[in-house]
Amino acid sequence: MKNTDTRAAGIPPLPDAVLELRDAAVAVGGRRLWGGVNLTVRPGEFVAVLGPNGVGKSTMIKVLLGTLPAAAGQVRVLGARPGGAGDQIGYLPQRRNFDGSLRIRGVDIVRLGLDGDRWGVPLPFASRLSPRHRAAETRVREVVELVGASSYADRPIGECSGGEQQRLLIAQALVRRPRLLLLDEPLDSLDLPNQAGVAALIHRICRHEDVAVVMVAHDVNPILSYLDRVVYIVAGGAASGPAEEVITSETLTRLYGTPVEVLKAADGRLVVVGGPEAPALHSDRHHSDHGHAHAAAAASPRGFGS
Amino acid sequence: MNPQFSWNLVTDVQWLWSVPSVLNAYRAGVVVAVLAGVVGWFMVLRRQTFAGHSIAVTGFPGAAAAVYTGLSATLGYFGFCIGAALVIAYYTRGSGSGDTAGERAHSSALIAVVQAFALALGALFLQLYGGFLNSTSDFLFGNFLGITSADVVVLVAVAAVVLVVMAVIGRRLLFVSIDPAVAAARGVPVRAVNALFLVLLGATVAEVSQFTGALLVFALLVMPAATAQVFTARPALGLAIGVVIGVLSTWIGLAWAFFGNQGTGFTITTLAFGCYVLALAIRAVRTRLRTPAAASGALEGVS
Ligand SMILES: Nc1ncnc2c1ncn2[C@@H]1O[C@H](COP(=O)(O)OP(=O)(O)OP(=O)(O)O)[C@@H](O)[C@H]1O
Ligand SMILES: [Mg+2]
Repeated sequence: MKNTDTRAAGIPPLPDAVLELRDAAVAVGGRRLWGGVNLTVRPGEFVAVLGPNGVGKSTMIKVLLGTLPAAAGQVRVLGARPGGAGDQIGYLPQRRNFDGSLRIRGVDIVRLGLDGDRWGVPLPFASRLSPRHRAAETRVREVVELVGASSYADRPIGECSGGEQQRLLIAQALVRRPRLLLLDEPLDSLDLPNQAGVAALIHRICRHEDVAVVMVAHDVNPILSYLDRVVYIVAGGAASGPAEEVITSETLTRLYGTPVEVLKAADGRLVVVGGPEAPALHSDRHHSDHGHAHAAAAASPRGFGS
Repeated sequence: MNPQFSWNLVTDVQWLWSVPSVLNAYRAGVVVAVLAGVVGWFMVLRRQTFAGHSIAVTGFPGAAAAVYTGLSATLGYFGFCIGAALVIAYYTRGSGSGDTAGERAHSSALIAVVQAFALALGALFLQLYGGFLNSTSDFLFGNFLGITSADVVVLVAVAAVVLVVMAVIGRRLLFVSIDPAVAAARGVPVRAVNALFLVLLGATVAEVSQFTGALLVFALLVMPAATAQVFTARPALGLAIGVVIGVLSTWIGLAWAFFGNQGTGFTITTLAFGCYVLALAIRAVRTRLRTPAAASGALEGVS
């Protein structure tokens, strides 16, 4: 814990930073996943975490949540060490679709995000008697409305589609008015129109309510126009900065250590070609002699069929 | 005593309650049904029915061993059931933030091994005891006339403790059961809550076993809760429905057993099973009636 305290290292923390990583590294089970990550996120900023499968993106979110310690470097979240300000963080884990037979309503799931960590049981009819309970119910309805889930929030969540569940879970992450949102692949399991819709929703919340957003993404394109910064992680290294500086042929070639080419499609979408461990599935219409399109920043493989 | 069932229900109930052993059975039944309704609802939600069943099966050698060594069967039930719960909690503690399919597969194999060995042990103790077929059937299928006033006091005390703990951890338990990763991020001690629930489940199973026998605990532990979850997805309402179904099945089942000269295991289980089948039928009819409306609602949700 000592090395996560900036003061111990003599570097003053930035006063308004929501999130600060300096030369951070992480290890799971004794194996070092990544290191040398530097990142500062301020209120209202939208940051994407990119990288190939298994490189440790979800692990980075766990470090920020404080459920896993950093192996080196300094990490500060909301002016405290990770885990110290958990009630001001909205978290959406990598999903995890709910079982079709789970008999709990969407609003109950959202409500758990508000007060699920309290002791006791919610008393029936309490909402009619106590103003605090009434305020809680109003807040749940409000946030369900905000994500556009009102029409299915009262159905059992197991009966909602993957996209509907995802919206309800975003509502759950938002319900406490967090100052920081940590979203692990929130666009996963959504079709293209819904990806665009949810990305726009998160961007709106980020700007209007001054919430800092760190989003792990499999495909950068749906959020490309909203991003203030990206962190691109590969095994053994990382780069962070504005998207147009990081997702370039030069930077990615340097990171991967093999030739990588970033192509820009006519519609502005980015396609990364020639990554070292690209599975055959990810080849697409931009397929070239260099090899296969890499998944991390390419259009999502699900997008090709549609 | 050769009671005759009459259609005057008041005299029937008066008659039943005038027999001390039957009155004790009614008292025990209501305590056990309320407890099983609440704990069973969470067990069904958490998909831990297999664990619950195994705990129940270990109650059988527990009771047999206690009787063989001259202790009370009650002690055997509680000791072995809570012990089994602790073993399962230890071996399924997992990563803390999620119960993956892999972890579940591993734990279900372990639980099955425990279960098989427990049945074998129970058979052994009963053989050592002298192989009284009567007590075998009591342990496995229940005997409501065997419940004494002292047993009822123990049942009430344990149920009160379990229900108080459930009331204290209720909201956190629901959070951990549905959404362990987010609960862990919010600082809820997921592993501790999971382990505590298994211990509460162990105590509950021990109580229910004494009433229904080890093999029929699900009549009160699963069926009312499963029925409630067919009817509603609201937690509070579901818990209430489960408790009501459990209490009614028990009370009517006891009367049926007494007047009809049947085993309580059979009557209570049959009533609870009937409720479940009825609930499924009602839901099938409701969804058929509602399907067009539901489909149009789903379309609106997309836009
Ligand atoms: N509890 C654990 N014990 C050991 N290794 C782990 C554990 N959790 C994750 N790992 C390993 O750490 C690495 C990074 O995992 P992580 O889930 O962070 O990847 P990711 O970048 O989020 O990948 P994806 O894009 O597939 O979600 C993987 O190689 C994984 O196998
Ligand atoms: Mg991940």
